[in-house]
Amino acid sequence: MRVLALAALMFAFGMAVASAGTLEQVKARGYLGCGVNEGTPGFSTPDAKGNWTGLDVDYCRGIAAAIFNDKTKVRFTPTASQERFAALQAGQFEVLSRNTTWTMDRDVSLGLEFIGVDFYDGQGFMVPKKLGIKSALELNNAVVCTQTGTTTELNAADFFRTHKMKYKILVYQKEAEYLAAYDMGRCDADTTDKSGLYGDRLRLKNPEDHVVLPETISKEPLGPSVRQGDPRWADLCRWVLFALINAEELGITSKNADAMRNSPSPEIRRLLGKEGAFGRSLGLTDDWAYRIIKQVGNYGEIFERNFGMQTPLKIERGLNNLWTKGGLMYAPPIR
Amino acid sequence: MLRRSVERMAARKSARQYWRSLAWQLAVVAAALLVMAWMAVNAVESLQRQHIASGFDFLNETAGFGILQTSVHYTEESSYGRVLLIGIINTIIVAVISIVLATVLGFLIGIGRLSMNWLVSKVCAAYVETLRNIPLLLQILFWYFGVLEALPYPRNSVRVGEGLFILNNRGLYLPLLQSESGAWLVWGALTIGVAAALALRSWAVRKQMATGVRPATTGMVFGILLGLPALALAATGIPFSLNWPHLDGLNFDGGLHIFPELAALAVALATYTAAYIAETVRAGLQSVSRGQREAAAALGLKPSLAVRLVLIPQAMRVIVPPLASEYLSITKNSSLAIAIGYPELVSVFAGTVLNQTGQAIEVITITMGVYLALSLLTSLLMNWYNSAQAMRGE
Repeated sequence: MRVLALAALMFAFGMAVASAGTLEQVKARGYLGCGVNEGTPGFSTPDAKGNWTGLDVDYCRGIAAAIFNDKTKVRFTPTASQERFAALQAGQFEVLSRNTTWTMDRDVSLGLEFIGVDFYDGQGFMVPKKLGIKSALELNNAVVCTQTGTTTELNAADFFRTHKMKYKILVYQKEAEYLAAYDMGRCDADTTDKSGLYGDRLRLKNPEDHVVLPETISKEPLGPSVRQGDPRWADLCRWVLFALINAEELGITSKNADAMRNSPSPEIRRLLGKEGAFGRSLGLTDDWAYRIIKQVGNYGEIFERNFGMQTPLKIERGLNNLWTKGGLMYAPPIR
Repeated sequence: MLRRSVERMAARKSARQYWRSLAWQLAVVAAALLVMAWMAVNAVESLQRQHIASGFDFLNETAGFGILQTSVHYTEESSYGRVLLIGIINTIIVAVISIVLATVLGFLIGIGRLSMNWLVSKVCAAYVETLRNIPLLLQILFWYFGVLEALPYPRNSVRVGEGLFILNNRGLYLPLLQSESGAWLVWGALTIGVAAALALRSWAVRKQMATGVRPATTGMVFGILLGLPALALAATGIPFSLNWPHLDGLNFDGGLHIFPELAALAVALATYTAAYIAETVRAGLQSVSRGQREAAAALGLKPSLAVRLVLIPQAMRVIVPPLASEYLSITKNSSLAIAIGYPELVSVFAGTVLNQTGQAIEVITITMGVYLALSLLTSLLMNWYNSAQAMRGE
């Protein structure tokens, strides 16, 4: 069905949009098209005035800042999970930045190209604080609640089997019932993707009485993707993501970006366009990364703004910390 | 002579009618089968065209997920076929419990509604009108969350003894009687004891019918019922052990564990269906002519005996056929359990297994087949009971 819809859309809009020259088209049109989630806290949510916020949103704003020196030149298209790939294929936007798990099947059989990971998600457990548990390995003989899904039950079963622990799993059809059952203490733990757990926590009676355990029991790397067929456009999008991560590693923030331009460090000078001609090779100006960081901030700033301790979600960096701080965020060098 | 030939003509005509209607019926059945075959072939072809797996081989594949309530051996390494079996067993467990509860409650309320006592009859009427006018799903959720709200956390469990009775919001834990080798002898002795006691009772009743005097059998009944198993116990050296619930990790483990999901679902199904059964019982009782009640009173039977010996046996002929439909409804309504996580057939098989294998057509076909088989079996039993109850010699 989805394949049919995709084929129909591709036929209707023609494959021309997928050919080379995406950057030129975007420049000529004057704004970037960006496909986002209809509303998931932390990733992309519109406010009452139609202003979008979130990690996925900020990534697209970064691309706009690099191209137009104006982070507002983005048009966001909310798209449902079933139609996201077809919409990208059909040319409704140039970047799909919609908390999408990078899997082999999607990468090789849907005619799109994942350009990196901007959020390492994975299934985890949430427990009430009063249980006094610090690790998922202490969940022996626990009752675990979840919603019927394709892989959550399997991941949980694998985890308990691997660690030779007993457990009981309760599977509910709807979110409302499973959250209510967890809130009433029917289960010791709630399990789903971690970013989902933090969202669940906001909907409990007393969110601060619950804690997400550190273990991650499945891999859900989320990242933006583009259409196959324009390697230059894919390069540009990939290096915008790398610039965000490199900037954090080098300590460049939206506040100190101006001052950093005078830094003696060659790495910083290359990133901010004082040395080399890296921007021109991308079809941009050499201060492309400076524009991004000045207007949107580095990866760490974006993460804190959307998921951090100052937000209701209160998600810790964990795997999404820099590789130098025990996380997985690692970008190739600019040189 | 004339009459004879008219009769023969009528017979020939009715034979012709018989064959014609038989031909029609065969044609309709054949057409229906053709349409179904066409649909099946079509489905298989289009699945193959889209490279979607089909067939029933998946039943042998490893399931890989856990199930809350398993009464036969099951691990994550068991097959989807075993998941199907567990789903069926869990459906039957909740259906049987609900049917027994609903029947008892339904009869009490149905009889109560006809009571001379104003309060009793009004309370019963209010029960029927309330329970059958609220959607069943809401009632299931009400009982489930009501039960959860009322029960304490595991740390504050209600306990009697070390493990005799443990109640918390994870369920009710009781010691479980486990049979060791030789236990079959005790069970056999108990079965024989029960059969003998029943035979003795029916002999006593027959004797009472014939002579008006009931022989004193109580002592013998108890002797057989208790004596035989006691003898077997002594001979085999008590081949039983108790599996006590004990704390392990975050929860109790072992013993007999009754889950809140099962309790809430059974109570909701039973109380809801009891309202319908009560109405059926009332209709049945009212179908018995007034004269019967008056005659029973004239013979000096007190009201409770009149209901039990005169009214109910006659009312049963009216009650049993609709009662069968209520039982079928209970079995089918148990599929609403998916809302509260009770792992019956629809939840584990048409839910999780379907999600994981993606073989929707096969899974749904099997599920429908199981419900059909369960319903036909229930109907068969009820029809057999009904023919046993039917008035004979009329």
